[in-house]
Amino acid sequence: MLEGLLIGLSTAFSVTNLAMVIGGCLIGTFIGMLPGLGPMSIIAIMIPVAITLGDPSAALILLAGVYYGAIFGGSTSSILLNAPGVAGTVASSFDGYPMARAGMAGKALTIAAISSFLGGTIGALLLMVFAPMLSTVALLFHSAEYFALMVVGLSAIAAFAGTGNVAKAVLMTLLGLIMATVGEGALFNMPRFTMGLMDLQSGFSFITLAMAMFALPEALFLVLNPARVTQGGEGGGKITGLRISRDEARKIAPVIGRQSVQGFFIGVLPGAGATIASFLGYAVERNIATEAEQKEFGKGSIKGLAAPETANNAACTGSFVPLLTLGIPGSGTTAILLGALIALNVTPGPRLMLDSPEIFWAVIASMFIGNLVLLILNLPLIPYIAKVLSIPRNYLIPFILFFTLMGSYIGQNNATELLILVGFGICATILRFADYPLAPLLIGFILGRMLEDNFSRSMQLYDGAGFILERPMTLGLLVIAALLVVIPSYRARRARARKTGVADGD
Amino acid sequence: MALDRWIALIILGIALAYGYGAFFTMDQLLPPFMQRNPIWPSTFPKVLAVLAIVTSLVIVLGLEKSDGEAKTPDIDYRRLGDYHIGKALSLLGLMALYAVMLRPAGFLLSTIGFLSIGAIILGERKLWILLPVAAVATGIVWYLVEGVLGIFLRPLPFFMG
Repeated sequence: MLEGLLIGLSTAFSVTNLAMVIGGCLIGTFIGMLPGLGPMSIIAIMIPVAITLGDPSAALILLAGVYYGAIFGGSTSSILLNAPGVAGTVASSFDGYPMARAGMAGKALTIAAISSFLGGTIGALLLMVFAPMLSTVALLFHSAEYFALMVVGLSAIAAFAGTGNVAKAVLMTLLGLIMATVGEGALFNMPRFTMGLMDLQSGFSFITLAMAMFALPEALFLVLNPARVTQGGEGGGKITGLRISRDEARKIAPVIGRQSVQGFFIGVLPGAGATIASFLGYAVERNIATEAEQKEFGKGSIKGLAAPETANNAACTGSFVPLLTLGIPGSGTTAILLGALIALNVTPGPRLMLDSPEIFWAVIASMFIGNLVLLILNLPLIPYIAKVLSIPRNYLIPFILFFTLMGSYIGQNNATELLILVGFGICATILRFADYPLAPLLIGFILGRMLEDNFSRSMQLYDGAGFILERPMTLGLLVIAALLVVIPSYRARRARARKTGVADGD
Repeated sequence: MALDRWIALIILGIALAYGYGAFFTMDQLLPPFMQRNPIWPSTFPKVLAVLAIVTSLVIVLGLEKSDGEAKTPDIDYRRLGDYHIGKALSLLGLMALYAVMLRPAGFLLSTIGFLSIGAIILGERKLWILLPVAAVATGIVWYLVEGVLGIFLRPLPFFMG
């Protein structure tokens, strides 16, 4: 492991890669602070840049830096404006914003930065330990188990994304899978579902789809309802008193310890991710706090700020485990990273650590560096970076739209792609109106090819669908996948039945 | 019928068309040697089509009810007229126009146009600030894409080179 880390450090400490980490963190912080732009949109916008770099390590380092930066930037706008730019930092605004209102914005930011730093660093340490272990196990998997694992991942994502509405999330996943079958696959050497159109020969472009699913609807929502996110002028003001006392440090230390471990493992689960980790972290800490401290929660408790901040960063790191060891993304963000890696000819999975250890370890090393950069570089710069919050919306929105256009144009060098982008963007916006989750669609689209490849390979090996019954692990995983989809709606049904029962009694 | 069920109905239509393609049109083109394979190009799409048809039917028929907790959506589509729908549509139109104009009008002109018209649609009136900002930003992006990333973007309109 130490040897690997040394390889990683030597890769990550090259001048270009250091510049990538620092640049990525800064860009991520800048954009993540803007209300309405989540890490998924930001990474989608940055992908064309990363792909043109050509070097997979550098690209992944850049994108990972952007990811941490975005989460950090999101916390900043949560704390300063009560306007979380990212869903994962909503819980940070519960206590961070009251602190800022009470004139302790500087202290709140410091706590956020330190908790993020420790959460991310401890998460990276855990990743270093668990990822190699998991990938040794994963090397024993056959394509049948891979197929089943991907099905489990997809149904877990659907079950989490569509709380109360699993059918919608499942439908979106299937739509993504269907879209992935369009075009000429490597497996059969024949175009499928292209309807004779040359433009569809190579399938839909993943960058265009990512832009259309996330960045474009977000921007349109900002236009449609400017009141949705309050944009205050206080962000650019004075932020003073960045120091925290020893007493406060002693108070948040155990919180950070617990939440970084808990957040990490929640992040590892497919579909859970930073948002759930931060809310759960907040809830757990409130429940185990002493009664006097419990009263402070929601009114500016430093524990209530440290918990979600630690948990969301640890979860971000945790979500890299399934990506790097199994090649299965557990969240929209890691799905986009996976797409970028595939575009760079790297297939993440258990072989990654054997075939190109420098990529794996460079990413881990960059996590340490990235967290350090966020702490050392961003924290003192926050008062200046926060000025970005005062950019007028009239300028901001055309620029966001322009960057989505540029992103999909650079990827394909084809103006028709831009029209496809607009078309998909409109569809995605309408889907969001009706509360259909979009992340499952993109994840389905990205996993589609691999899912079909593994499915076909096992069909060929077993001369039919017999592999499902002959391999107990495959069967078990598929049963889990089915349960994940069925149980939530069954429980909702039962809860409703109980509720109506109570109403009858009245 | 609520919007989400209409959408499910549309997706049902897509899935039916897709399923028709997978079940009835794809296998005829299959060369005989491949027909001995346990897996055909149409196998996976067939599975997907069936699953998608079933799932969309579940939504269309309202078999799965949400747990009753009325979530406040970001945008309530029933009151779409209350929002700045005109602005949003004009911006989408502008994006389509940009797609069409990018090649003939060249990158610099179309981008400056896009950024400034976009801001004007959103209500910006200070043109003496807007135009220089748009021009400088366009120049920077063009330099980054062309110079740093090395992707060719024709800067000027077609008749000027």
